[in-house]
Amino acid sequence: MAATKHALVAMVTDKPGVLNRIASLFRRRGFNIESIAVGHSEVPQISRMTIVVDGSTTQVEQVRKQLEKVIDVIKVSDVTGEGTITRELAMIKVKTTSANRSEIMQIVDIFRANIVDVSSDSVAVEVTGDEEKVNSLYKLLRGFGIIEIARTGVIAMTRGGVSSSMMEVKQSKTRTKKK
Amino acid sequence: MKMTGAQIICESLLKEGVEVIFGILGGVILPLYDTLPQYPQLRHILVRHEQGAAHAAEGYARATGKVGVCFATSGPGATNLVTGIADACLDSVPIVAITGQVIKPLIGKDAFQEIDITGITLPITKHNYLALDTALLAETIKEAFFLARTGRPGPVLIDLPKDVQINQADFSYPEKLNLPGYKPTLKGHPSQIKKAAKLISEANQPVILAGRGVNISGAYKELKCLAETAQIPVVTTLLGISCFPESHVLSYGWLGMHGMAYANMAIDAADLIIAIGMRFDDRATGSVSGFAPNAKIIHIDIDPAEIGKNVRVDVPIVGDVKGVLNELNKLIMPNEHIAWIYQLDQWRKEHPSIIIRDCDEVLPQYVVRQIYEKTSGDAIIVTGVGQNQMWAAQHYFFDKPNSLITSGGLGTMGFELPASMGAKVGCPDETVWCIAGDGGFQMTIQELATIAKENIAVKIAILNNGFLGMVRQWQDLFYEKRYVATPLNCPDFVKIAEAYCIPGITVKYKRDVGPAIEKAMDEPGPYLVNFMVEPEENVYPMVPPGASLAEVMEEPKKGVSKWQPQNTP
Repeated sequence: MAATKHALVAMVTDKPGVLNRIASLFRRRGFNIESIAVGHSEVPQISRMTIVVDGSTTQVEQVRKQLEKVIDVIKVSDVTGEGTITRELAMIKVKTTSANRSEIMQIVDIFRANIVDVSSDSVAVEVTGDEEKVNSLYKLLRGFGIIEIARTGVIAMTRGGVSSSMMEVKQSKTRTKKK
Repeated sequence: MKMTGAQIICESLLKEGVEVIFGILGGVILPLYDTLPQYPQLRHILVRHEQGAAHAAEGYARATGKVGVCFATSGPGATNLVTGIADACLDSVPIVAITGQVIKPLIGKDAFQEIDITGITLPITKHNYLALDTALLAETIKEAFFLARTGRPGPVLIDLPKDVQINQADFSYPEKLNLPGYKPTLKGHPSQIKKAAKLISEANQPVILAGRGVNISGAYKELKCLAETAQIPVVTTLLGISCFPESHVLSYGWLGMHGMAYANMAIDAADLIIAIGMRFDDRATGSVSGFAPNAKIIHIDIDPAEIGKNVRVDVPIVGDVKGVLNELNKLIMPNEHIAWIYQLDQWRKEHPSIIIRDCDEVLPQYVVRQIYEKTSGDAIIVTGVGQNQMWAAQHYFFDKPNSLITSGGLGTMGFELPASMGAKVGCPDETVWCIAGDGGFQMTIQELATIAKENIAVKIAILNNGFLGMVRQWQDLFYEKRYVATPLNCPDFVKIAEAYCIPGITVKYKRDVGPAIEKAMDEPGPYLVNFMVEPEENVYPMVPPGASLAEVMEEPKKGVSKWQPQNTP
C-alpha cells in the first residue's frame, strides 16, 4: 500500500511526561514522526497535538490504535483528507542585496507572506499556509540563499461545525460524571 | 484523618484487597516499610533479589487472577524489577510495583541511588506514576490497581519519593476514577458478532485458536460451549494451554514452534480460524506470510491494537472474550464437521508428536509425564524457559483451567522459581510444581532462601542436562554442533538446597523417577528433585525459525544441520 502523509490529532491530558510517552511509543514501534505540534485545546487541562506521520493506511491505523492505548491520550483522530484544513507557520531568513530585495518582496507578496525583519543583507519572511505553500515559497527563496528556516509543523482541523475530536471527549466526560 | 503517605499507601492497598507483598527494602522506601507492622493484614515476603519480587508478584497474579504487588527501593532495587515488569507487560499480567525514590528536592540531581525508573519502565508498563503529592496518593493507588486489572491487564509502577511517604495528608479512599483516556471496549460489536457467526456457520474446516485471553477472562465454559455446539476443533497457543481441557475430544494441542505437528497442520489447512484472546506472536504463527494460507480469520481480542497488527483479519471483534463468546454462542447453530475432524484425527495418528521413546536413560519428557501421572493432572505447573518449558507444555496434560504458568512473551529464564513461589502463596491448597532447567534455575536460585524461610511448599523438578539446552539444540541443528558457551558446569543442586535447609534428591536412573516425585509430594514443605536427564535430547516437533507452520520437523532428519537460518527472527 502506498505511503501517504496522515495528520493525527491527539487530545491528551496536560500532565508531565505525556510528550515523552508519545515520542517513546513512536520510537519503539518504529514509526516516524514527520512533524509534531503541541498546544492548549479549548478544554482546560487538555492539550492538542497534531502529529504528521508517513505511512500506509494500515500502518497509520496501527499508530492510531497504539496511541490510544497510552492512558494519558484521550482521543486520536486521523484527519487526513479533503475535509481538513492544515496550516503551518514558517520563518525563513534569506540573504539579500539591494539589487534583489524588491524581487524577494514581490515573491513574498504573491504568497501573501510577511516580512518581519529586515537588515542590510537579510530579510526574515513569515509565511502561513499548508505544507505545500510553505514548500513552494521555500523553493523560490532558496535561489537567493537561505540563512535559516524555522517551521512549526502542521496543525490540522476538520471543516464545518464539528470538532475534530472533542465531541466524543466531552460526551465521555459527562458520562464519567454521571457515574 | 491525617495520615503519612506510607500509611495512605497501606490503607489503600487494604482497600484494594492486597494480602501479600513481595519485596526488598532500602534507604528511601524505609518509611513505607516502617509502617508495615501497623498493618499485619499485609503479609510481606522478603525475597532475595528484586527480580524475584516481580516474578513472584507475577506468579501470584497469574495463578489467582488478582493483582500482584511488589516493593523495591530506588536505583538498583528498581532496575532489578525491570525484567519482571517487562515479563508481565508482554504476557498481560496485572502487577503493581511500588518503588522508593529519593526525596523530591534531590530528583534530577543524580543523588545516591537515584534513577529515573518511570522513564526506564515507560515502554514496559501499561502506565506508570511518579507520585509527587501525598494528598493524591490514594487516587494514584486506586488508578494503578484499576488499570492493572481491567481491560488488557498489565503492570503499573508507582515511584514514591521518600518525602512523599513521610508527609501527611487527609486520607479518604476515592470512589470514582478520573481516567478520560481509558475506556476499554468490553462489549463486542453486535454486527461484527453476527458476521462472525455467519462465517462460522459457513466454514467447512474451522479451527478455534485460543490464547491467554480466555484464561484471563475466565471464559472456559463459553469456549467449551462454542466448540461443542458447532463441533469446532480447538488449538491453543502456549499461553492458552489449560483454557480448554486437553483431554477433550475436540482438543488438538497447541501450535507454534514446538507445538504439536497436527495442531500446526490443522491451522495450515483450516478455512476459518477463530482466534480468541491471542496476539499472533511469531513463535505461534511461524512465518506470517505462510500462516493459515486458506483461512479467513475472526479475531476476538480486548486490545484493538492487536487486531491487524501481525496478520490480516477478516472479522475483528474488540471486546472481553467472555462477553463476546456469550453473545456469539447465542447465534451459533449446532453443526458437525465430521470429515474435517476425521482428517485431524488421522493427522494426530500419523503425527503423534508427543510419543516418548522407550529407552533406559532418564528422558526429560518421561520426567514430565511422571509428574503428570503422580499429580493426576491436579497441579499448577510453573516452568522456566527453553527446553524444560516446551517439554512441560507438551508432556503434561492440562485439563484444569489456568494450571500452566509460563513466561511466553519475554521468555525469561529464571522466572520459574520465584513465580512458583508466588503461585503457591496465592494458591496454598494447590500442588505447585516448578519445572526448571539447570540454566534458568541458577538465574534466580537465591529465592531458595525465601522458600525456606517462609516454608513455601513448592516442589522443584530440575531437568538437569548440563546445557543451556534450547540454545544447544539450535547449535546442534543450525550451527553444526558448535556448542559455543552452552555447556554448564552445574553445582550439586541437592547440596545447595540442603544448605538452605530444603530437602532434595538427585535422580540418575529411570526407575527412581516416579518414587522421587512421590517423595517430593509426601514432604509437607518444599522439596527439590535434581533429574539428571539425557544431555543432548532435542525438543520435537519443531518449526524452524522463519519457516511456516507447514514446514514442521517431527524428528531429527539427516542433513538438517545444513539448513541455514535466513533472517531468523
